Amino acid sequence: MASVEVTDQIDKLRSDFPIFADIRASRPFYYLDSAASSQHPAVVIDAMDRYYRHSHANVHRGVYGLAEEATGIYENARKHLGRFIGANDPSHEIVFTKNATEALNLVAQGLGRVLLTSESHVLLTEMEHHANLVPWMILQEQLGFTIEYLPFDAEGLLVLDDLDAMLERASILGVTLMSNVLGTLNPVAMLSERAHQHDVLVVADGAQFVPHFATDVSELGVDCLAITAHKMLAPTGIGALWARAEILDRMQPFLGGGEMISDVRLDGFTANEIPHKFEAGTPPIAEAAGWDAALGYLEKVGMATISAHDRSLTNYAMIQLQERLDDRITIFGPPDVTKRGGVISFELADVHPHDVAQVLDQHGVCVRAGHHCAKPLMRQLGVGATARASFYLYNDEQDVDALVDALLDAYRLFHD
Amino acid sequence: MNDLDDLYREIILDHYKNPRNQGVLEGPTVHAQEGFNPLCGDEVTIYAQVEDDVVVDIKITGQGCSISRSSASLMSQAVKGKSIDEVKATVSRFKRMIAVEESEGEPEEVDLRVIGELAALQGVVKFPVRIKCATLPWNTLMIALEDAQAR
Ligand SMILES: Cc1ncc(COP(=O)(O)O)c(C=O)c1O
Repeated sequence: MASVEVTDQIDKLRSDFPIFADIRASRPFYYLDSAASSQHPAVVIDAMDRYYRHSHANVHRGVYGLAEEATGIYENARKHLGRFIGANDPSHEIVFTKNATEALNLVAQGLGRVLLTSESHVLLTEMEHHANLVPWMILQEQLGFTIEYLPFDAEGLLVLDDLDAMLERASILGVTLMSNVLGTLNPVAMLSERAHQHDVLVVADGAQFVPHFATDVSELGVDCLAITAHKMLAPTGIGALWARAEILDRMQPFLGGGEMISDVRLDGFTANEIPHKFEAGTPPIAEAAGWDAALGYLEKVGMATISAHDRSLTNYAMIQLQERLDDRITIFGPPDVTKRGGVISFELADVHPHDVAQVLDQHGVCVRAGHHCAKPLMRQLGVGATARASFYLYNDEQDVDALVDALLDAYRLFHD
Repeated sequence: MNDLDDLYREIILDHYKNPRNQGVLEGPTVHAQEGFNPLCGDEVTIYAQVEDDVVVDIKITGQGCSISRSSASLMSQAVKGKSIDEVKATVSRFKRMIAVEESEGEPEEVDLRVIGELAALQGVVKFPVRIKCATLPWNTLMIALEDAQAR
């Protein structure tokens, strides 16, 4: 059960999210799909609104006051995000991108092209999201290196028996901090330490982890971290790559255009300083303002409170699902809730996940059904699709109860 | 009927639980075709045995939701023994019923005597994401038949 203080705090903060007031008033609404995208507190929407009404101009270009103001808003968001994840040099080590996917493509093309040859090995895991698989596969087609994969076991935990041998061959390790399907929290601090013993650089996918856990890149020991804003109360259209300054310095630019250059002649160009050399074109400025506000909101609630709330709700959900659905449900991923985040993928006996999600929708319960952009992982699980419920700070036990009730209804519909 | 009951009609659930014409066909006149729905991971393989422009037998394997599986099962019954031209007409009627051909505009009221049990899939119209599930086996069959005719 959630501790009383945490639950109290959660009850109060749901009213900070306009969507719950708007939709819940008209029909039942149990939003259990924050792992796909989270909802926005009013402060985020207001920050974007304020920016558009009072502060909009292009950044890094104009000398007039308004342009300087917009630049300040954008650069403040960068510094805030840097501090949020414990970057050493917040104003230089954060590259804004469109999302985590673009950040991972930037690492593959920017770092991979400098570091890898046809002889190289890249080590990934079988539980990666397509965003941390396909960019490497695209680069592999260009350079012809080898990709190896760390497998996972029946509980959804990485199998590390051959880790050292694999790391010995590898130049880059790409690993997700938290699986978007299994919920597994990977032991990335340990993996980084081992990787560095073999001179392997670690590229971490933080899309699921950073929104839910206090993140400190030096504690994690990773070299690059991909983040996406829209899973952490912030708008879509913006994400970031964090990397240590010396790595960003080594990386080649990925997208070319304005802003990323310091000089262009007819016979070539000179790239701008980091992080600007990776930010070609006009960036998502209002989105950065929204993200800045979201970070402030998360800090105010406290990342430790959020993690504790996620965990107690996950625990409650695992118990309810098992007790009330029993052998009618299969839950994937670690049974131990201390080894997972607030994501539960499951299969309801003989009911396809698509049908599960459809019946749940009729009850106002929003869950994701499908392969969750992790087809290799699904093949390992031996399923084509799963249904997935995921939790965030605005969810409560009522959401879980509604989920279980609706699942029982779906089961009945297909078995009577 | 609420929308959900309309989607999950008795016939749909029956064909989902007991799909007809399951299995594999082999031989020189068999045209096998795989189809995928990348959105949800549904997979279907259609084996159409075509002789003298007639679909003499059809078998299906795959995995998917109740809509794609029952649609495949219902389709197999509807096309077995029909000429390719008749099959094409059935496909076109089916697609008009669930309004997938944009130019056709609104979903059409179908003549139940012509469309038969396929009418059970009409409820999917109200669930636009599910239309792709319903059409997957049909589109896959069309590719198999084009292949048969090209040969
Ligand atoms: C683990 C993981 N990595 C990467 C991504 C990609 O995030 P985005 O679509 O915002 O780029 C997601 C989101 O679905 C994810 O869950």
